[in-house]
Amino acid sequence: MLLSSSSPSPLSPPRESAPTLMSGAGLLAARGERAHRRQGPLTRRLWALWRQVQGYLFLLPALLIFALFVWYPVLLGFVMSFQSVDLINPATWVGWTNYRHVLADPLFAIAWRNTLAFTGYALLFGYVVPLVLALAINEMRHGKSYFRLAFYLPVMLPPIVTVFLWRWMYDPDAGLLNALLSLVHLPGRLWLEDPQTALPALVVVATWSAAGSTMLVYLAALQGVPASLYEAAEIDGAGFWRRLWHVTLPCIRPIMLLMLVLQIIATMQVFIEPFTITGGGPQHATLSVLLLIYTYAFQNADFGEASALSVMLFLVLAAFALVYMRMTSRLLQGD
Amino acid sequence: MEMDRFEIQRQQGEPPPVATGGQRWLAWRLRLSGRRPSRDLATSSERSLISPLMLRRPLVRALYWGIFSLLLLATVTTFGPLYWMVSGALKSNVEIFQTPPTFWPTHPQWSNYSNAWQILQLPLYMWNSLLLAAGAVVLQLLVSATAAYALSKLRLRGKHAIQFAFFATLMVPSVVYLIPQFVNISDLPLIHVSLINNWAGVWLPEAANAFNILVLKSFFDTIPGELIDAARLDGASSWQVFIRIVLPLSRPALAVITIFTVIASWKDFLWPLLVLSNSNLQPLLVALYHESGLNANLPFSYLMAGLVFASIPPILLFLLFQRQIIRGVNLTGLKG
Repeated sequence: MLLSSSSPSPLSPPRESAPTLMSGAGLLAARGERAHRRQGPLTRRLWALWRQVQGYLFLLPALLIFALFVWYPVLLGFVMSFQSVDLINPATWVGWTNYRHVLADPLFAIAWRNTLAFTGYALLFGYVVPLVLALAINEMRHGKSYFRLAFYLPVMLPPIVTVFLWRWMYDPDAGLLNALLSLVHLPGRLWLEDPQTALPALVVVATWSAAGSTMLVYLAALQGVPASLYEAAEIDGAGFWRRLWHVTLPCIRPIMLLMLVLQIIATMQVFIEPFTITGGGPQHATLSVLLLIYTYAFQNADFGEASALSVMLFLVLAAFALVYMRMTSRLLQGD
Repeated sequence: MEMDRFEIQRQQGEPPPVATGGQRWLAWRLRLSGRRPSRDLATSSERSLISPLMLRRPLVRALYWGIFSLLLLATVTTFGPLYWMVSGALKSNVEIFQTPPTFWPTHPQWSNYSNAWQILQLPLYMWNSLLLAAGAVVLQLLVSATAAYALSKLRLRGKHAIQFAFFATLMVPSVVYLIPQFVNISDLPLIHVSLINNWAGVWLPEAANAFNILVLKSFFDTIPGELIDAARLDGASSWQVFIRIVLPLSRPALAVITIFTVIASWKDFLWPLLVLSNSNLQPLLVALYHESGLNANLPFSYLMAGLVFASIPPILLFLLFQRQIIRGVNLTGLKG
């Protein structure tokens, strides 16, 4: 039975011929099918079975791909974290050794601290900027679409382009930033060579390339604020700030919370900026967890330790993802 | 865009046959195809925090234009780096490392672009990127549309468990199984085939995209069941319903997924970097990354020119499909 609606008639002709238009012939054929269905229960059961098989044929590509390239590797990751894997010799069982090694690695604490610092800075720069931009752009009566385009443009750049471009702009001698600073007679800095500024410098790159898409989400949310609410607040004598605080922000609060969680999940996976711009240096100041995983696997050829650290990252991210799922389901129910 | 039954009927002033389902479906179509749903909404979005009355006050007007110019100034932060890249590619190899740098190249070397095009073998790598994107689109549409159709319109045993198994993967960022995925690709279970240095090694893992299934399924859900029942009455099989009814009606949703897949595939870096070590197979961005590191003789302005070439396709796509992309971002922001 494949009829998706709950139509009471038992008309579900399992014919495999080309569909005809709603014609007399078609109706006749359908009637013929009904007669056919009155045949014994065995035939009916066979048809039902054929329907199930047919349906699963539609699911087959996705089931195969998901099984082979998501469900299996996720499980394999847990298994590998208890194994010694170097892709040359067969894997051997080593128990908790990988975890013990990873926890004993002095870089472990550094990588987590840097990743958390990156997430913190990213929220500091990257959470307020898109919100303020969206609030301002939404008020504009002129050039709205120009602003939207201009601030979204960096999102379209491939990440490799962004990081190469910024690495050059951060260059202490030939870079744009120090040139601009010297224009206003300020001393230049060794942005990427100084452990103090290297991490914030990377956060600026990440924010520059991601703020546009968050801004778009906020803009859409702001357009969804009903005009009647503003008008009602106005009639009640609420001024600009009170309208902002009591109308605008409460209306977009669910989206703001979602963006917060999404941003945390995204920035904890920071990789490409430290990988290409600083290589994790100077003095491991920009080494992120994912970069450490990469180093374990592709420089030390220790896929077991890399998997153990991946499992830890997975647990942290899964906790945030659970929060996110709960929030979205509440949001969708609220619709 | 051709009309379907319901739109024609609505235009003739008749009520849609299925009030809720049909309207929701229409709303979706409008949202995805980027048309404004109605006049009312267009006018109501004009009303924002600042009231029209407030704007008549001179002080507020001054503030408004102040913020306007601030925003205009802020766009320098996005256009500035782009200008720096495009103009940097025009500089000579001496000028590009000059301290302090010049803001406009003194002798623009337009030949840098054509030289970079040849020396960096951009035709080959662009072609690779293009084919990788095309394969990703075909495979992802095939996998997610069939699955979404089965989950949305067919009655199957165990459907909810399968649906859960698909959508639960939305919670698992792909980087956390990056390492096992690499091990998996280099020796697939049961068949023991290695997909390293094979485009299939890039295509297949990215085809497992639960988000596509989610978007398509929620779109298919809004297609009125009566339409499908009518076709079934005429004797269409589930495959024919899928090909002749569901897919043609879902063109806006399929278009959004196509655009996003092309852009994501073009921007993808880490996974192709790991899988494709043979330089003849690499996409443009991976090749540029390798060129910048290995080939120390490569003039820096050529690299910049290469980066400009790599940015043109996604920016062009954005300018062409701005509305669809903006709507897609809003969908992903909410659900993915």
